[in-house]
Amino acid sequence: MAFAVDIDAGTAERGASREPIARPPGKPKNAVLAIENMNCGGCMRKIERVLETAPGIASVRANLSAKRVTVAFDPQDTGTETIIKTLADAGFRAADLAHNNIDDGNLADQDLLRRLAVAGFAAANIMLLSVSVWAGLASDMDEEVQSLFHWLSALIALPTVAYSGQPFFRSAATALKAWRLNMDVPISLALALATGMSLVQTIRGSEHVYFDASVSLVFFLLIGRYLDQSLRSRAKGAAQNLIGMKSGWATVVAEDGTSERMPARALEPGMRVLVAAGERIFVDGRIVSGRTDIDEQLITGESVPRSAADGDRVYAGTVCLTAPIEVEATAADKDTLLADITRLMETAEQNKGRYVRLADRAAAFYAPVVHTLGLITFLGWMWLGGGWEMALTTAISVLIITCPCALALAVPAVQVAATSRLFNRGVIMTAADGLERLAEIDTVVFDKTGTLTKGTPELSNSAGISEETLAAAAALATNSRHPYAQAVVRAAQSRGVRVVPTDGVVETPGAGLSRKSAWGDEERLGSADWCGIGPNSTSVDDSEAGASLWYRPSRGDPATAFQFVDVLRADAAETVAMFQSAGLGVLLISGDQEAAVKDAALTARIEDWFAEQRPNEKIAQLRKLEAAGRCVLMVGDGLNDAPALAAAHASLSPASAVEVSQIASDGIVQGQRLAPVIEAVAVGRRTRRMSLQNFAIAAAYNAICIPLAMAGFVTPLIAAIAMSASSIVVTANALRLTTAKLKL
Amino acid sequence: MTALAWLIPAALVLGLLGLGAFLWALRTGQFEDLDGAAYRVLDDDEPPTDENDRGEVRDR
Repeated sequence: MAFAVDIDAGTAERGASREPIARPPGKPKNAVLAIENMNCGGCMRKIERVLETAPGIASVRANLSAKRVTVAFDPQDTGTETIIKTLADAGFRAADLAHNNIDDGNLADQDLLRRLAVAGFAAANIMLLSVSVWAGLASDMDEEVQSLFHWLSALIALPTVAYSGQPFFRSAATALKAWRLNMDVPISLALALATGMSLVQTIRGSEHVYFDASVSLVFFLLIGRYLDQSLRSRAKGAAQNLIGMKSGWATVVAEDGTSERMPARALEPGMRVLVAAGERIFVDGRIVSGRTDIDEQLITGESVPRSAADGDRVYAGTVCLTAPIEVEATAADKDTLLADITRLMETAEQNKGRYVRLADRAAAFYAPVVHTLGLITFLGWMWLGGGWEMALTTAISVLIITCPCALALAVPAVQVAATSRLFNRGVIMTAADGLERLAEIDTVVFDKTGTLTKGTPELSNSAGISEETLAAAAALATNSRHPYAQAVVRAAQSRGVRVVPTDGVVETPGAGLSRKSAWGDEERLGSADWCGIGPNSTSVDDSEAGASLWYRPSRGDPATAFQFVDVLRADAAETVAMFQSAGLGVLLISGDQEAAVKDAALTARIEDWFAEQRPNEKIAQLRKLEAAGRCVLMVGDGLNDAPALAAAHASLSPASAVEVSQIASDGIVQGQRLAPVIEAVAVGRRTRRMSLQNFAIAAAYNAICIPLAMAGFVTPLIAAIAMSASSIVVTANALRLTTAKLKL
Repeated sequence: MTALAWLIPAALVLGLLGLGAFLWALRTGQFEDLDGAAYRVLDDDEPPTDENDRGEVRDR
């Protein structure tokens, strides 16, 4: 492959200038890394320099457009993880991308570009010859020269149509095999007929030859298809980079007690994985030793961590918060959560059925109409006594003039404009027909934790806690990765309280933190039990009863309650209001506990909410909405949302979502805000409207040209002008979308 | 007619040259990184090390 050749050449060149190494170098390995924050030429240069000077690296090539670096290295001297660490030290967040899924988009791009280049060359040269012939008709070109020009055109056009037209022929053949009609069927038919008839006319020495029409049709359509494809592969690349960022490294403990770091995807059932406090767990499994708190937010949607110990099940995607544990991987089990969810997703996707795209719906209507008109023309001229030859020529010219050029460009041109607009505004559309489905939705279903909310708890009663207490609690809390502890530290910092970390703090997983003071008594931060507060404790008033965290000072003073809420994203309420005022229904369906969901629904002003919904119940809710005639957009991030994301009519997930959810949804929303969700729906709707507008333009063009063609007035010159003009109008109309101001 | 015998092959050859150049550029990965290439123009071939920072050019 072209890219690989380039890399190898670079390797040889740089390798030669290096110092000779005593031991023979190992076979160089290539790795492709996604770099999240490589944004400018400076970053690119810095990354290359940093890696070039690192040991064991043979060659580095950064790609700024793709935000990726290709590194060739000697596996004896260095490894992917070392390289990632080197980059991290230089301030770049990098992730290893699985090798197999990288280049397919790029190859398809290049293939189309090659065909496009050939078609462009042919179209220009044939047009050169055709214009001479048209000009010659009015002056003095003799028949021999005209015939020579036609033969030359044929010589260029035949191989071009055969090569550059392949994508259309192949797609048409696939559709016909499945007894369906898509836009490529009329395109292929028109191409074949125009080229075939022109060849016959050339052999017979006739005046009307349509090689220019058939080749420029291929050229225009390939432009549309190439833009569509290259944008899609750019979006796919960005999505792969995002997903790659989520994969990580795990420490595997061997039988003999030695440990080894390996990429999470290389983990296998039966392996023992050591998970440090604060690390993500990459396997489904059972805890074999240790006791910790586990953040299961992405799996269950519940924001409060669960404590787990020996023998308890843990799931991939959860985070081990408070103490190191050792997990035995059991991912192969049929009864794991992940397996359940995958099964649910598969059935949800099957039930969804085949969505028929707008262009294909148009084709299913358009192709029979055009072909019938052609037939009528043929029969009409036969009946009028035009002779079969003349009748056939006119019928074919009807098919050529209705060449669905504008019609075939109508949708892709708008799609390209819409996708690139969204891409620039932080929405990566990954499903090809996602925008069309987004246009149809009338109900938005949000998940709570991590979607409507930030997914991190914030201290809610900070105003009622004295600065002294907050400082003391925060000093203990800095030692823990528990989200509540971190929220206490954040609250203290935001109030300007200086947080002094203390030593001698002991963390008891599932309970809390403690520190013995110099004179023997102990201060504690943790659950109610941990701080010695019973359910009937007299010192607790009602407002404090449900508090999740307590601080008990060492001197026997009364304990202080800390309460937390999972705050909504900054523009959550605003987003909900905008959807509602545009007449869309908004629902909140969450796996979290009732009180938390009710609270969030109240703040975001969502009237319909459902709490404690399991993944299959979420699907059931969606089915119920569907049965009521609603078209649902699901926005969710957790593993527990994945089946619902797959089942909904359209779906989006935030960039923080788990891998499975991002793959299940039609698009990924980047950033801390929810506003891009509105933008996505608005752009989807406008895309639909503009596609219909373009269809109208194409139809108007056909309404003028078809009668002319049926009457036998269409010369190759008129065909060429009409076709180019209609394609340009349709494309220009689509480009308006990139700058248009949109409202829901 | 003699003019055509020259001009048409000339036009075709020139066009083919352009096509060939484009296909070559595509094959050698000239379009892999359109954003990055803009910055690479400004970059020195060698990373600045102590030796070439002192400037061989000045020495000469």
